[in-house]
Amino acid sequence: MRSDIPLFPPNASTMAVHVDHFYLFMWAVTFVFSIGIAVALVYFAVAYRRRHRDERPGEIHGSLLLELVWSIIPLLLTVVMFVWSTWLFFAQARVPDDAIRVNVVGKRWMWKLQHMTGHREINELHVPVGKPVHLVLTSEDVIHSFFVPAFRMKKDAVPGRYNETWFTATQPGRYHLFCAEYCGTEHSRMIGSVHVMESAEFQQWLAGGPAPVSPVALGRKLFTERMCVTCHYGDSGARGPALNGLPGSKVALLGGGSAVADDTYLRESILTPAAKVVAGYQPVMPTYAGQLGEEDVAALIAFIKSLPPLAGDAASRKASDLRSN
Amino acid sequence: MATTVTTPITQERMPKEHYLNADYGVRSWLLTIDHKRIAILYLVSISIMFALGGIYATAIRLELLTPAGDLFTSENYNKMFTAHGVIMVFFFLIPAVPATLGNFLIPLMLGAKDLAFPRINLLSWYLYIVGGLITLAALFLGGLDTGWTFYTPYSTAFSNSNVILAGLGIFVAGFSSILTGFNFIVTIHKMRAPGMTWFRMPLFVWAHYATSLIQILGTPVVAVTILLVAVERAFDFGFFDPARGGDPILFQHLFWFYSHPAVYIMILPSMGVISELVTCFSRKKVFGYSFIAMSSLAIAVISFLVWAHHMFVTGLSVYAAMIFSALSFLVAIPSAIKVFNWTATLFRGSVSWQTPMLYAFGFIGLFTIGGLTGLFLASVGLDIHVTDTYFIVAHFHYVMVGGVIMGYLGGLHFWWPKITGRLYPEWWARVSAVLVFVGFNLTFFPQFILGYLGMPRRYHYYVEEFQVLNVLSSAGASVLAVGYVIPLFYLGWSMRYGKIAAPNPWPATGLEWQTPSPPPTENFPVTPEVTEEVYDYPNLRLPKETVLV
Amino acid sequence: MSSHSAALRHHFANPEQQKEASVLGMWVFIAQEILFFGGLFATYLVYRTSYPHAFADAAGHLDWKLGAFNTVVLIGSSFTMAMAVHSAAHGKSRAIVGWLLGTILLGSVFLGVKVVEYGDKFEHHLVPGRHFQYAAHHEANLAADPGLAQHAQLYYSLYFGMTGLHALHMIIGIPILGWIARRASRGEFGPHYDSPVEITGLYWHFVDIVWIFLFPLLYLIGAH
Repeated sequence: MRSDIPLFPPNASTMAVHVDHFYLFMWAVTFVFSIGIAVALVYFAVAYRRRHRDERPGEIHGSLLLELVWSIIPLLLTVVMFVWSTWLFFAQARVPDDAIRVNVVGKRWMWKLQHMTGHREINELHVPVGKPVHLVLTSEDVIHSFFVPAFRMKKDAVPGRYNETWFTATQPGRYHLFCAEYCGTEHSRMIGSVHVMESAEFQQWLAGGPAPVSPVALGRKLFTERMCVTCHYGDSGARGPALNGLPGSKVALLGGGSAVADDTYLRESILTPAAKVVAGYQPVMPTYAGQLGEEDVAALIAFIKSLPPLAGDAASRKASDLRSN
Repeated sequence: MATTVTTPITQERMPKEHYLNADYGVRSWLLTIDHKRIAILYLVSISIMFALGGIYATAIRLELLTPAGDLFTSENYNKMFTAHGVIMVFFFLIPAVPATLGNFLIPLMLGAKDLAFPRINLLSWYLYIVGGLITLAALFLGGLDTGWTFYTPYSTAFSNSNVILAGLGIFVAGFSSILTGFNFIVTIHKMRAPGMTWFRMPLFVWAHYATSLIQILGTPVVAVTILLVAVERAFDFGFFDPARGGDPILFQHLFWFYSHPAVYIMILPSMGVISELVTCFSRKKVFGYSFIAMSSLAIAVISFLVWAHHMFVTGLSVYAAMIFSALSFLVAIPSAIKVFNWTATLFRGSVSWQTPMLYAFGFIGLFTIGGLTGLFLASVGLDIHVTDTYFIVAHFHYVMVGGVIMGYLGGLHFWWPKITGRLYPEWWARVSAVLVFVGFNLTFFPQFILGYLGMPRRYHYYVEEFQVLNVLSSAGASVLAVGYVIPLFYLGWSMRYGKIAAPNPWPATGLEWQTPSPPPTENFPVTPEVTEEVYDYPNLRLPKETVLV
Repeated sequence: MSSHSAALRHHFANPEQQKEASVLGMWVFIAQEILFFGGLFATYLVYRTSYPHAFADAAGHLDWKLGAFNTVVLIGSSFTMAMAVHSAAHGKSRAIVGWLLGTILLGSVFLGVKVVEYGDKFEHHLVPGRHFQYAAHHEANLAADPGLAQHAQLYYSLYFGMTGLHALHMIIGIPILGWIARRASRGEFGPHYDSPVEITGLYWHFVDIVWIFLFPLLYLIGAH
């Protein structure tokens, strides 16, 4: 029967078995209560079936004790469910530090994926087994949702923002990838596969095919072509702050306040630069909205992350720039 | 046929004058201000809408028999599931119990001659009709393909379908719902008969009071949200366009702020029906009356605080997700309290297995499963996997169909003698109830499994391995369809040939049963004075019956 | 019989019940209206928090003096409305009519000013849509927000949406005031039956209060 009517998708990620255990627990609770209620109903309906037309049962109006019992016990059960499922959720939300990053862009009606090595894929994702993979998702048009049932993983790809999720695959194999947010005519054909491979095989896959342009290289090219370097050339007198060592650091903002320079901040600074201006600088950076697609922005971010910290005087000047105000 | 222990009481002749024969002609119906006639107008309209929604459902289940999209183009399939959702949600489930049974019974149950604002009641029906016609025009002349949820930016900037027209229709229908709620609140506060305190009101009325609170506070928000979508589409404003600083997720917050409480607009009235059925067919006062009454209010309040559990994978902050998760667990508790109290009511009762009680049993069982699977969805860690899949589809059909519709059918059968003066044929009715229960489970239980396996919702094509379960589901749907069609025939038949019902055929407590079947237009020639407690079965007078030979 | 039994609708047991029902009904309706406007206020809140410069700049194009004048006018109309309700409770039919006419007059002045303001927006291409053209009011705002024009369009969409919805409520209210004035002129209202005047008053005060929130949120955020 299992082979004809499967009950579970393949168990192919570190989270999958935990989600399945919780799921089984929930069905157990559901069965206990629904069968319990059903049995009680049937038993009462039979045992107390009306026997005379004029039958008049005695009065029983209620019982405070029972009300408390059957309020508190379910409440405690829901607390257990809440704690367990929130623990699961935290695990799903916390991306491991050593994860390989893959950028994902949803577009009607395909998935465009890019590894940090530069490899691009459409509707397919090749990953090595046993290594955490960090997905950063966005969309070029409407809301899509990146869903891999075998990993028990899903996250919306929303235009105008980055969403993140991660997984560690545990079993080599080929697994379904579905779009799970209705996006128009071909929504049900916006599907693909995740290929989980043994390490050696994955290296082989990376090496095969034409030498890809890494996002870092593309980002370097864009940084020059789009004139970013004319302001952000790393000197403390420059019109724009130096970007070396910026990613992940805390930035003091013009007008007070601060921000952490994560990917969302970097993307926002490219597309709507005046939203947060660094303290000590003028709000003169032009916006690149409409000139750069999502993949270009991701490439620039990858390039910025690749910049080595500045050496010597320049470094300390940059550091004091950031510390001022 | 021999009289059994439970055969309803009949009489020889219909009352001479009642609300149905008080006046004849189309004008007397279309310009009526009698709440009972307005209830009948609604009954006919929502039945037509249900049939339409059901036809779309049939088309969907037929298409899903095979993995390939071979019956319809994807574009048409998308329009069909949208039509199914829009019709069923806005034009069937929301008004079904309140606008038919609620309108008919609330004045009767309270000892009043009519609702507080009879002309506004008629207006609400006209708004329903106008909204319905506009929406149907949108659905038939070109179609709508956004899903009933209208997510942006698809609905505002990408869909090539009748978004604005459909939005307008739903906007108008929303005011129908608001006016019904408004009328009920004022009636319940101000028009109870002397001696009818709040805690002597039937639980059906309590349920409608809680429902009305949600109707007036939630519906205006979705009305304005639909307006924003229409205006964005028409004038390209950019409210929800990320390229211009808009936020598509803002739409989801505004939309679900209403649409989650909306599901309680659908279920609470049916729960009110169940309270009445369980008490009459156990012939004793419902167990825990005040707990059931208060739980309706609790559900109404908490329902406004849980909306973002529809948005767990959109990129909400971890803390927001936790808060909405905790509140979503909380909202289940009052419903659980009701289920336990209904079950306890049968204990040491005098239980009859007539059709309305069969529907009540079905409701309790199916709503328990549906409600508990809701807890799966309140659990963020699990919701991430099952959201946007057939698990969700199964969950909401269990509560909407296994819950709301079973309650509606049970109530329709229970009060049929009061509404029409006739008894429906009991045997056929029981057969339908069983067919509905069996067909329903066959249709929707496989969908839980499909969802966990990973079949996303709103999919025209699906992968091979999902076929067996889809075929099972479609087979179940055919049984369910038969179960729904049979009552059309016997209920219609009964209006002409059914046995004539006594004023109180079951018998049951409640002021509505103190009037003739069917009641006269003014309900009570003399306003009753209430001196007994509610559901006072020990003191219920059981008149000697006359059986029509 | 005196007019009160004519006014008593058949389904009510007595005039007190009818009056209480209509007053409660209006309060419930107002609660619903608060949520109706609430969706727009929520949208305003979200976008103003995101684009404070654009909103402040866009508000700078509004004439706050006209807005202030309108606020005084509307508050004045609430006063005349309250006097009408008071007169109804005391059965002074001519006074009711007079105060209602005053309310209508002031309400019409308000709408007239709005027509002037809308016309001005139309001339300056500030109506959202195809012909929208935006020039920054203060250069500093443009520097702070390169997307100023688009975000200002969001402001004006909300401006027209919110004041338009408000104006619609007045356009519906004024004929109702006229109808109540007509009934008052026929001596229908007095201490025994004044609920139509009272509930119209509630509606009118609600419309006034919505404006009292709209005025600072739309007009005064540009001022320094």
